[in-house]
Amino acid sequence: MAGKQKHTRTKNQLKMGEVKVLGSWSSPYGLRVQWALGLKSVEYEYIDEDLLNKSQMLLKYNPVHKKIPVLVHNGKPSAESAVILEYIEETWPQPHPLLPKDPYERAMVRFWINFLDNKDKVAPFITFFIGVGEEHKKAVNEAKELLKLYEEQVLGEKKYFGGEEIGMLDLAMGWMAYFGVIEEIVDVKILDAETFPRLHAWIQNFRAHPVIKNNLPDHDRLLQNYTEKRQRFLPYSPHTENA
Amino acid sequence: MAEEVKLLKTWSSAFGLRVVWALKLKGIPYEAIDEDLSNKSALLLQYNPVHKKIPVLVHNGNPISESLVILEYIDETWKQNPILPQDPLQRARERFWAKFNDEKLLPSVWGAFTKEGKDREEAMAATMENLKFVEEELKGKKFFSGEKIGLVDLVFGWLANLISIFEAVTGFNIVGEGYPLLSAWMQEFSELPVIKDTWPPRDKMIIKYQALYDKYHPAK
Repeated sequence: MAGKQKHTRTKNQLKMGEVKVLGSWSSPYGLRVQWALGLKSVEYEYIDEDLLNKSQMLLKYNPVHKKIPVLVHNGKPSAESAVILEYIEETWPQPHPLLPKDPYERAMVRFWINFLDNKDKVAPFITFFIGVGEEHKKAVNEAKELLKLYEEQVLGEKKYFGGEEIGMLDLAMGWMAYFGVIEEIVDVKILDAETFPRLHAWIQNFRAHPVIKNNLPDHDRLLQNYTEKRQRFLPYSPHTENA
Repeated sequence: MAEEVKLLKTWSSAFGLRVVWALKLKGIPYEAIDEDLSNKSALLLQYNPVHKKIPVLVHNGNPISESLVILEYIDETWKQNPILPQDPLQRARERFWAKFNDEKLLPSVWGAFTKEGKDREEAMAATMENLKFVEEELKGKKFFSGEKIGLVDLVFGWLANLISIFEAVTGFNIVGEGYPLLSAWMQEFSELPVIKDTWPPRDKMIIKYQALYDKYHPAK
């Protein structure tokens, strides 16, 4: 998805203006924003950033963090994916609201997004991808505990985290939708259908939604790119002696 | 329906204090429960089983954790004296800076306080850079939220109290002449009626942070 692309769907007539998204083809944080705009039929221009060679535009629009995603609406930037999602919800409340009406239920959604975005909760999945030995074993256990929490306490009996429809928390959990590629590369399965039947069903439902389906990173490109990435980060090759 | 609002916090926590300020600003009566985190109450474990941390707001028996989540809940539930502005872009700006404080500024200051040697130097450098962004954000404004305090002021509020305590304990100057707007804001903020008498006792704070400092910098 390099360069600029126009995504034209049924126009969101109310105050659309000019909307740009600076993202990165494989980043779940950028995809959250694209999914939200897609669900609300907001037309936007997507600009793919090379994170090893950041554009002047990115540095101008997010000088504090220099990170994607950035949403630029009528020339005004917003950064931080969780903040952008709230902005999108407030600016285009219809169609497809992403938050419940009740303040307590909204607080629960915000609580869980804050929880899963915390670096301590992301770390086990990163170590699962690039760790080895004891460190990797520990990460597998921590990751499974987190998945259990998400399956039993957060998703529960619901079809989506948002209930009957995809909501903000589903978008934040969207990284799980293509976690299978990571498992393929590491050759270890942790998010399996037997242990996590509800999460597994959720992934199928989420991926099947037309907006999501049309905005998922290409499987083969992910496989190639992430395999290379893993090689760069792995501390040992299979033939090196254990430290 | 009679409202029942409880706030689980500690005597010294800046995160708890943010919530106290929000409740005071809106004139919401509440019951404060001070926790001893070395001996967590059954109530805390019941109301925040995931993190077992304070603050926790309990509204009519329903618990909410994470101070920023609590502040949004308070603003949505009690509409008087809003903490967040109406405009979505302004709201996004406030949320951005709130996250910046919790995820960047606070950790860099804490790192400067607790680390040693090269790690401390790096944390100090990060702190200086982060404070520059904060100073920039105050340009042309009395408070971060404009003429009146709002979310960002409440979230940065800890600076107005804890920085001077850190400076007293470490002997380092953190917010000095390089940050005239921030220094002025710290004064103005501290003098507001809703803030003024809420600071934890200074002598107790000095003792607490001196002990923490000594723990992280044991005499060799």
